[in-house]
Amino acid sequence: MFKGVGNPSTTLRTRLVSHRWLWPAVGVFIILLILPPLAPRFYVYIFALIFVTALLAMSLNLTVGYGGLFQFHHSVFYGVGAYTLALMLTKTSLPMWVGFIAGPIMAAVVGLFIGWFCVRLSQLYFGMLQISLGSLIWAIVFRWYTFTGGDDGIHGIPRPPILSSSNRAYYFILFALVICLVAMYIIVKSPFGATLQAVRDNPQRCEAVGINVRRHQLMAIVIATFFAGVAGVLFVVLERSVFPSLLFWTLSLEIFIMCLLGGWFTFAGPMLGAAIIVALRTFVGKYTEYWTLVLGVILILLIFFLPEGVMGYFLRIGGSANRRIGESGKGAG
Amino acid sequence: MLGQSFSFAALASQFLVGLSRAMILFVVCAGLSFVLGVLRVPNVAHGALYMIGAFSAYSISTLLGSSPAGFWLTLILAPLVVALVSLIAERALFCHLYQREHLMLLLFTFALSLILGDLVKLVWGATYRSVLAPAFLRGSFPIFGSAFPRYNLFLLVIGPLVAIGLWLFVNKTKMGKISRAAAVDREMVGALGINVSWVFAAAFVIGCYLAGLGGALVAPTISITLGMDHNIIIEAFLIVTIGGLGNIWGALVGSLIFGVTQSLGVLFWPQFAIVFPYTAVVVVLLLRPTGLLRSVW
Repeated sequence: MFKGVGNPSTTLRTRLVSHRWLWPAVGVFIILLILPPLAPRFYVYIFALIFVTALLAMSLNLTVGYGGLFQFHHSVFYGVGAYTLALMLTKTSLPMWVGFIAGPIMAAVVGLFIGWFCVRLSQLYFGMLQISLGSLIWAIVFRWYTFTGGDDGIHGIPRPPILSSSNRAYYFILFALVICLVAMYIIVKSPFGATLQAVRDNPQRCEAVGINVRRHQLMAIVIATFFAGVAGVLFVVLERSVFPSLLFWTLSLEIFIMCLLGGWFTFAGPMLGAAIIVALRTFVGKYTEYWTLVLGVILILLIFFLPEGVMGYFLRIGGSANRRIGESGKGAG
Repeated sequence: MLGQSFSFAALASQFLVGLSRAMILFVVCAGLSFVLGVLRVPNVAHGALYMIGAFSAYSISTLLGSSPAGFWLTLILAPLVVALVSLIAERALFCHLYQREHLMLLLFTFALSLILGDLVKLVWGATYRSVLAPAFLRGSFPIFGSAFPRYNLFLLVIGPLVAIGLWLFVNKTKMGKISRAAAVDREMVGALGINVSWVFAAAFVIGCYLAGLGGALVAPTISITLGMDHNIIIEAFLIVTIGGLGNIWGALVGSLIFGVTQSLGVLFWPQFAIVFPYTAVVVVLLLRPTGLLRSVW
């Protein structure tokens, strides 16, 4: 009953390959692959930043879009992943790859801890408890000068020699993003992913047919926070610094906007949203210091005119509207 | 650091400081809670409106001088500026969204907070501002052997007055009763021939007025700066949550817990004082997941 959204009998491989988005995606990937030698350095950096942010937004969408959870403070896990790697690179003499593995795992552990408390509550209370627990972590990072560097953060983090140039970092981030996207796609299309969406749409009925709703929600949170941790690690690779605003709640809401902008109930939507927001911030930021004003106006325009997001809009006018879009209220609200 | 010994006097005076801080939090959170109760929307822009309240208090008080009359006028006018801003935002944009899902309403208030935050930067600039309290509220007097600022005493008087005023409004006036009814069953209120949209507008403006009042009250005690909205809104959300969503008395209880743990935390462990109130919130939510008092929804 809950085996995959498509035809249950198709194997994973055919499901992946037969997907009509596959070839455009491969095309985009090839373009991104040959970009660094051709584009100016600044654009390579911006693209890498978009990849990192896209991964973060995608991971949020696992809980918000697919899980229907009020994951209001997702950036905490991003920050935890980044800080874990940064601290391991600067404070310990362990091999560098240990930090790269520890970052996402630490984020997932924190996600498990916070999620374990949160899934017992519903909707707005879930979000509020998460904000309070997340703010607690932010407050500790912000104040613990001797360990985390307090509000200054940590700068000049050494990169492993293999990632020494910015182009190499770009490729590392790109490949990590692709691996994570494939993994997320497999998760979303797996029986677990289908069950999670069923839980989102009707928790009572799922409970009635014997699905452990809370365990599925918790699992979704742990997976999402793991990928957020990966994004945090990639951020350190890119920026070589960490600071407490990575864990601040305004960033969490900004990622939320990315998901909304791209489209909640599409797989690649949040990625598109992240690209739009990062690109806009970069180029609008050049001309005005009132970036948040612009962001606010964009958000209001979105709410009034494009509530299903850019991707959802294109899917709708393309005549292949996701069946969820029409009743999107139930899932998220 | 921990392990220091405290005199009873230090503890008591810090407790009083916490209480007066709680009064400001209460004024802000009562507004947030009122909007939450009637409209069922966590108003993210509440913090930005509080900031506007503080900045307009600065502008008005520099215009009027720090005479007692000027001070009282500031306390009346600054929240009215905020109420006006919120009325415009509500009638122009927000009221068209009431039929939409909750998340959209929440995101709208977030957008509003971003816009208002930057408008404050546009109007008042990024410099620090301060407001001088009138002469009769300046200075301090000795209590428990240490100095207690007079202005804090003033806050301790104002807080209960606001609480009583709000109670009278909600329970004794027709408008308050309608808004309570709208919180419980908005369809029924509409069916009785009451314009629910305007009830919502009134509730929203009253809530935002309280945010502005909080900003005007806090103005003489802190340096007014951009970013003060971010801190207050998180605190206010947490307070409203632990108090019980939409319950104004819950907001009072939550404010007291938050304010007192914060100020006592300063005494026990100054570097991590900020951690204490958040921990208190976590403990309350773990013991009583839906808040200390009954929420209205």
